[in-house]
Amino acid sequence: MTDPAPENGIVLTEEQKRRRRARSIAIALTLGALVLLFYVVTIVKLGPGVLRRPL
Amino acid sequence: MSLASQGADLSRPIEAELAGVRLQPSSADVADYVALMKPRVMSLVVFTALVGLLIAPGHVHPVIGFTALLCIAVGAGAAGTLNMWFDADIDAKMVRTARRPIPAGRVLPGEALAFGLTIGAGAVVVLGLLVNLVAAALLAFTIFFYVAVYTMWLKRSTPQNIVIGGAAGAFPPMIGWAAATGGVSLESVLLFLIIFAWTPPHFWALALYRTKDYARAGVPMLPVVAGTVETRRQILLYSLILAAIGLAPALLQFAGGAYLIVASVMGVLMVALAWCLKIAPDAEVMEQQAKRLFAFSILYLFVLFAVLLTDHDRAGMLGWISGFGP
Repeated sequence: MTDPAPENGIVLTEEQKRRRRARSIAIALTLGALVLLFYVVTIVKLGPGVLRRPL
Repeated sequence: MSLASQGADLSRPIEAELAGVRLQPSSADVADYVALMKPRVMSLVVFTALVGLLIAPGHVHPVIGFTALLCIAVGAGAAGTLNMWFDADIDAKMVRTARRPIPAGRVLPGEALAFGLTIGAGAVVVLGLLVNLVAAALLAFTIFFYVAVYTMWLKRSTPQNIVIGGAAGAFPPMIGWAAATGGVSLESVLLFLIIFAWTPPHFWALALYRTKDYARAGVPMLPVVAGTVETRRQILLYSLILAAIGLAPALLQFAGGAYLIVASVMGVLMVALAWCLKIAPDAEVMEQQAKRLFAFSILYLFVLFAVLLTDHDRAGMLGWISGFGP
C-alpha cells in the first residue's frame, strides 16, 4: 500500500503571483532609493572630508 | 522544537498545522499598501511640515530637508496604517471606510500591523540618524499619540476624541521646525495651535453628515452623543477660537501684513460658514452647510500656511535657498 501523494499546500493564483511580483518590485525600488538617499546624505554631511579619515 | 518533533503530519496543508493559525496568501497590491498610508492625509501633513521647515530660522541643506519631509511623510503613513489596523472592525461598519484595504479583505490585519510598525520605526530611526534627535523624538511621539492615545483610547471612549487627538495632526509643522533648528520655539507652537484649533470644526463638520455611520459603528462622535444642535454650537465656538489664533503669527510679528489680511478674511469666512451651519433651519440645509464648512476648512488651512510661507521673516527661506550653494 502506498501513501497518498502529499497535498501541495498553498497554490497561488495568477493574480496573486502578479501582485506578489508587484510588491517585490516595490520593495526593491524602495531599498534602492534608500541606498541612494544614504549615499547622498553621507556626501552632504561629510563633504570632501569623507575621503580624509584615518584608516 | 520543530513541528515534526511535536508529531505534526507534514503531509497536511501548512495552514492546518500551526496550532490552528490559518495562513493565507496575500492578495494585496502595491496600491493597497499606499491606501493604508492615507495619502490624502499625508499630503496635508507634508505641506504643513514643509512650511514649518521653510520658515524656521537658519538654514538646512535641501537634501537634509527632503530627508526630513520623507521621514515625516512615512511616519504619518505608519500612523495611518496602524490606525486602519486597529479600527478595521469599525471601518467595516461605516460606508465611508468599508472599502479600505483591511475591511475589504485585500490586506490581512497582520500584514498591515507589520507594515505599519516597520515603516514607523524606520522613519523615526532614519530621521534621528540623518537629521536630528529632537525631530525624531517628536515624530515618534506623534505616531504614539495618534495610534495609542487617539485611536486605541480616545476615539471609542469620549466625544472629545478629536479635540485631544487633534494634537497628533498638529505636530508635523513643529517636527519640520525641529528638523531645521534642532528645537522648538514659540513660532512652532503657534503653528501647532492653529492646526489644533482647526481640527474640531473640520472633523465635526464631517461627522454632522456622517452621523449615522458613526452611530452604527459605535464611535461616540459629538453629534452622536450630544446631538447636532450642541455640535453646531461647539463648531462655532472653535471657529471663533481658530480665527483668533490664526491672527497670532501676525500679531506677534512672526508674519507680515499680507498674512494679517488673509488670515482676517479667511477667519471671518470660517466663522460666517460656522454661523450659517448653526442657524440651518432643517437637516437638509444643515448637511449642505456642513459639507461647505468641511471643504472650506481644508482651504482655510492650506491658504493660511501658504501665505505664511511667503509672508514671514524671510531668514528661514533665504537660508534654505542658500543651502544649494557651495
